[in-house]
Amino acid sequence: MSLTKTDIRNLILAAAALAICALLPLGDNGYWLGLGVTIAMFTTLATSWALFSGPTHYISLATAAFFGVGTYVTGLGIDALPFWSLVAIAGLIGAVLAALVGLATLRLSGVYFVIFTLGLAELVRQSITWVQNNTGQKGLYVLTDLDEAGIYWWLLGLAAAVFLTGWLIGRSRLGFALRVIGDDETVAAHSGINTARAKVLLFMLPGAVAAMTGAILAPRYVYIEPSLAFAPILSFQVVIMALLGGASRLWGPLVGVIPFTFLLEAVSSNFPNQTTLVIGIAFLVIVYLLPGGFVGLLGKILHRLNAREGA
Amino acid sequence: MVNPVLSLRGVTKRFGGLVAVNAMDFDVAEREVVGLLGPNGSGKSTTLNLVSGALPLTSGTVSLWGSPISGLPAQTINRKGVSRTFQLVRLLPSMNVRENVIAGAVFGHRRRWGHDAHDHAEHLLDKVGLGGKGDMPLRQLTYIDTKRVELARTLASDPKVLLLDEWLAGLNPTELQIGITLIKSLRDEGRTIILVEHVMDAIRSLCDRCVVMAAGTKIAEGTPTQVLSDKEVIRAYLGDDDA
Amino acid sequence: MDILVTGILLGGTYALIAMGLNLQYGVARIMNLANGEILVAGGYFAFIAYTATQLSPILTIFLVAPLAFALNSLIYRVMLQPLVNRAKSRGQLESDSILATFGLSFIGVGLMLSFFGGDYFSYSFMAVPVEVLGNTYGANRVLSFVMAVLICGALYLWLNRSRAGLSIRAIGTTPASARLVGIDVKALSAFTFALGGAVTAVGGALISTYLTLDASTGVVFTLKALIIVIMGGVGDVRGTIVAALLLGILETLVATLLDPGLTLAAAYVMFLGILLFRPQGLFGKKPT
Repeated sequence: MSLTKTDIRNLILAAAALAICALLPLGDNGYWLGLGVTIAMFTTLATSWALFSGPTHYISLATAAFFGVGTYVTGLGIDALPFWSLVAIAGLIGAVLAALVGLATLRLSGVYFVIFTLGLAELVRQSITWVQNNTGQKGLYVLTDLDEAGIYWWLLGLAAAVFLTGWLIGRSRLGFALRVIGDDETVAAHSGINTARAKVLLFMLPGAVAAMTGAILAPRYVYIEPSLAFAPILSFQVVIMALLGGASRLWGPLVGVIPFTFLLEAVSSNFPNQTTLVIGIAFLVIVYLLPGGFVGLLGKILHRLNAREGA
Repeated sequence: MVNPVLSLRGVTKRFGGLVAVNAMDFDVAEREVVGLLGPNGSGKSTTLNLVSGALPLTSGTVSLWGSPISGLPAQTINRKGVSRTFQLVRLLPSMNVRENVIAGAVFGHRRRWGHDAHDHAEHLLDKVGLGGKGDMPLRQLTYIDTKRVELARTLASDPKVLLLDEWLAGLNPTELQIGITLIKSLRDEGRTIILVEHVMDAIRSLCDRCVVMAAGTKIAEGTPTQVLSDKEVIRAYLGDDDA
Repeated sequence: MDILVTGILLGGTYALIAMGLNLQYGVARIMNLANGEILVAGGYFAFIAYTATQLSPILTIFLVAPLAFALNSLIYRVMLQPLVNRAKSRGQLESDSILATFGLSFIGVGLMLSFFGGDYFSYSFMAVPVEVLGNTYGANRVLSFVMAVLICGALYLWLNRSRAGLSIRAIGTTPASARLVGIDVKALSAFTFALGGAVTAVGGALISTYLTLDASTGVVFTLKALIIVIMGGVGDVRGTIVAALLLGILETLVATLLDPGLTLAAAYVMFLGILLFRPQGLFGKKPT
């Protein structure tokens, strides 16, 4: 398909926004850059999450598992291989792992998928801990010359790649197939769509992206141990941010990531023990007050304005 | 019958202890319109579901052009050229009318994408009487129009065999005439059609042959006039005289 | 042999917890992911009652049950009933209730953290050895098992013999038809959800007599209960009991022979096997 004028305009705008974001490390190297890394990380994770879960309505809690695997790829390979190849390997492993999880669960109903992904991070964590205990190894040191700004640029590049992929998928047959599946899986199958294959293929994307994000962030932790790399809370944060923004649009999760990152930042520095409570309340807000996220809210407001103009 | 398009042999479906479809045998020739009749609960829709791949068979075979399709998933059967509508209209609520039709064109028997799919959808919408309504959201459609959208989606992959599950039910007399003309035009294009139907006018004017089911079993087969005067068929519909 | 008995003793309590979840999911159609927090709350209650007033956990459960029933009833009416009402499809209710109960789960953990802190809690109740089949086990474990068996048995009989039980099973099978034969689906769903919560809380009180818990362990029990329910088959009491015993034995086996840190991993391998080979549950008929 050819590009329309709006497409070209949007692409230019997106490129400009990316360029502006890339300037951040030149202005500040402390607090704001740290926040920038967090936002870039969650934007990447939440956007790729929504690419799969938005159209299919499957709630994936596997982010922490893929992320942790990615950090371990960097942790194990940093002395032997160049950093960029570790990111690529992490993406590959994440995609394969996601395909395996998808093959086992995605032909069944959504509940099985949620439950399986819920415990996946814990499963991998227990296995790695066990292997470490038996080999006498405790944690891994990741020592590189990659500084905070470098991590930020890597994440920004990955985020740009995720947006571009999402935009391309939205225009592709696969993206269209996923929308049909999300609307009515029976109709999808009777229209010739191989529903299981489409779902597994698309689930590989957040798997790969989360693993790559983990690989990129590993140098930030310096010392990696299972309970840090596989912290299950990460999966929940990603779900909240994506749904809070709205999973039905490519830019939706971004709208959720920014305010929620600031909120969590404020809560954890002022009331460090109340983060779980905030996450719980965020879930309820999404279900009861913002079922379509900010994107849905915006849609409703626009719809109402249009209706008033028409009347 | 020489070279039937579709043939069912011993097709059986059990739900737990209930035999919903029991050893059905029949053939459908090319360009034939076959009516599948029977009282409610006699297994007509289930038979259709077995042909389309919506349900797996318990035993028996369904063949398309002589090669078995039973046991294949619905999407594969669709890609081989069998397409269907549903008893309760199923549309894609997040999409507009045109996208609903395109959904049938992209992955099925004959595939189209991009402008090609778009133009094809417009053409089909004209054909089913929805010309110019492509951008409408679904909630603005009348009941017959939702049925038209579903039919257009079903036709979008250019299927050789059409399975219509009570597609004419619930239409008023004027709409019914339009519907009958539409289905006739589909046969004239060379498609083979199986209808599950209750509307007798439609059966008389459309069907070349009818298969009548009762309690999961075939009880009669023949022209509409033959089967509708068959004693067993009348008993199945109306019950015994002394009952 | 030792492993088998320990496993069965553990599995008995698991059965009770999973039974609570199964009532909530099988009948009220709410996949309650805050189930584990209800369990931990039950455990806390027993802990406080015992340390403050030396009240035996066996008596505490008669307090825990009505309290948990009331709390869950409130949760259902205020939070979940609106979701049931607005759901256009089974799938929508499923994802809505999953998200809402995740919220409740986090709020539960957050509240318990702020009231009781993040420390493990345990107390010594009937920590005396008794001999079973030639080996010795903690009396608290044996007693918990006996209580769990009694409660499970009573529930099973009630569901299968009483008129109310029949209505509940009817809702579990086909809610739409249950309504047609004059069953008040709304009221009974709420009742069953509350009952499920009470059963789980009692399970928590019993399990606290021999396991150490803390505010955030709930999710582990939720996961185990979910695995048991899916393995045993949704709405299947007999399957739940068998699955719970199997899980108890498997966990004990892995903990004794391999590593206690791998119990959840073991449960997961079992879950994966079920998903791949019998997604309809151990005794479920193949869906056709």
